[in-house]
Amino acid sequence: MDTTQIDQIEIRWHGRGGQGAVTSANLLAEAAYYAGFKGVSSAPAFGAERRGAPVTASTRLANAPLRHFSQVESPNMVVILEGSLLTTAKATQGLTDNGHVIVNSPFLPDALGLSNGYRVATVNADRIAEEINLRASGVIMVNTAMLGAVARATGLITLEHIERALSHAFSPKAARKNMEAARLTYEATCCAFE
Amino acid sequence: MTVETKSISVITGNKAAAEAARLARVDVVAAYPITPQSPVVEALSKYIETGILDAEFITVESEHSAMGVCIGAAASGSRVFTASSANGLAYMCEQLSWAAGSRLPIVMGCANRAMSAPWSVLNDQQDAMSQRDQGWIQLYCRNNQEIFDTFLQGFRIAEQVQLPVMVCYDGYILSHTVMPVDIPEQEQVDAYLPPYSVHTVLDPDTPRNINPVTLADPRLNGDGVLCHGYMEFRYLMQQAHQEAMDVIVAADVEFESCFGRSWGGLTWSHKLDDADTVLLAAGSLAGEATIAADTLREEGIRAGVLGLRSYRPFPAAALAAQLAGARLVVVFDKSLSYGYGGPICIDLQAALMNHRLSPEIHGYIAGLGGRDIKARELTAAVQESVAWVKQEKALKPTGWINLKL
Repeated sequence: MDTTQIDQIEIRWHGRGGQGAVTSANLLAEAAYYAGFKGVSSAPAFGAERRGAPVTASTRLANAPLRHFSQVESPNMVVILEGSLLTTAKATQGLTDNGHVIVNSPFLPDALGLSNGYRVATVNADRIAEEINLRASGVIMVNTAMLGAVARATGLITLEHIERALSHAFSPKAARKNMEAARLTYEATCCAFE
Repeated sequence: MTVETKSISVITGNKAAAEAARLARVDVVAAYPITPQSPVVEALSKYIETGILDAEFITVESEHSAMGVCIGAAASGSRVFTASSANGLAYMCEQLSWAAGSRLPIVMGCANRAMSAPWSVLNDQQDAMSQRDQGWIQLYCRNNQEIFDTFLQGFRIAEQVQLPVMVCYDGYILSHTVMPVDIPEQEQVDAYLPPYSVHTVLDPDTPRNINPVTLADPRLNGDGVLCHGYMEFRYLMQQAHQEAMDVIVAADVEFESCFGRSWGGLTWSHKLDDADTVLLAAGSLAGEATIAADTLREEGIRAGVLGLRSYRPFPAAALAAQLAGARLVVVFDKSLSYGYGGPICIDLQAALMNHRLSPEIHGYIAGLGGRDIKARELTAAVQESVAWVKQEKALKPTGWINLKL
């Protein structure tokens, strides 16, 4: 992504309550700060969330400190933690032309039937999290894995920035495991626009 | 590229508040959880439980009791912190007046939230603004760094003028949004904020009354000393608020010399020097207004922003001085004095009248109960006002931004 052309990048995360979309959105903000963005913010959609229901969170990145914290409405990128949300949560709503769509999906980008204008990347993060047994309360977690997909698809952050952010959010052991998920996902991400 | 960020943490406004209380070395925390304030109290409880902060966490059954504990602790010489929101703050109401009347330098966070009914946990500023006349200083923040810094300034101000300070920050919009915050070292904070030295200590060894029944006129006490009547106490409290204006400015100036950051003291401005159209607001909404002002300038309107940081004391003279060149002032309020208008707008109208200024002043109500408000909506409101003034229409009624009736 050519970041010199845009004053700010807005990213909307789609997940289900309990999948950790808010945590990932926050981690992306922190990683991007380490990557040199002077203005970063991240917030949950302000409302009432329920476990399992579609939820969103937003990350905003800019080259200057941010002065506004209203909700993101025209994201440059959407990250989708569960493929079904593409349709049920209308995850591409408001997405800018040429926007990134980064999806946890077993399918190749072209198979998702999205508009040609979008830059689509997919990765089977479920399988990766399953393989390394990354779970919280028994449930497979793909939120931190998808940070690896963001790094691979956009180049906005590197694995090193993710690692640093993870080290603040988790215990050393949990950070290592989440980092492994991010690294494997980075390697496995398939980008349709390259 | 990787940025070195030794002292920067990417944290929520609530975490910034808790970090400030920790570095202010508070002695006592008493609070009752309420959304969206809860994470502040959770963080402080953890700091105290794990020994990161050497303080007493006193659990209470209600906000009324939380403030009661704060009053007792502050009166016995402790530096005290609490936080609340909306219904919790309302439940504290009676004790807020006791805290201010007792001239205790309690510092409280208010993660601003809408008042019920109907039930809402989302943001506006009705909670704090409806406690306007309790005698507390109220300071409003634009971002999480300002929250952290304002709490440190708040203790300094409170302890100097012997008035409690409420640091207000928008619920969710700041309380639950992460952004970079520079957290200084303990030694730096200690240099800015000396230990609390109490003016009257409640002590079991030398028992004394605090707040006995005070009659209308001055009267001799049991020791034959002539004591103030009720009005004298209240006059002195008003005088303390007047003095607080200089103290708030000085606390910010001193803060800048210690930490290199200034927030403007009573007010702050954005592109105000040559502005004839001024957007005025408090809190995160005012930050949003700076984006609107930039857009308006691109369209040929000489717009600027005057941000209100101190709501009480109300800096009437400072506002008037900065609005001397304004032809149109557009005030955005996130709360409402029902039956009249936005509280900041009303105060501004009176202040400018007193200072013999008569720009057009238009009030807009915005963002009640979490209704999202974007810079382009503020821009559109100002354009509406500019057009209204050009057409020399009758008095403009209060506007409601993004109302969906």
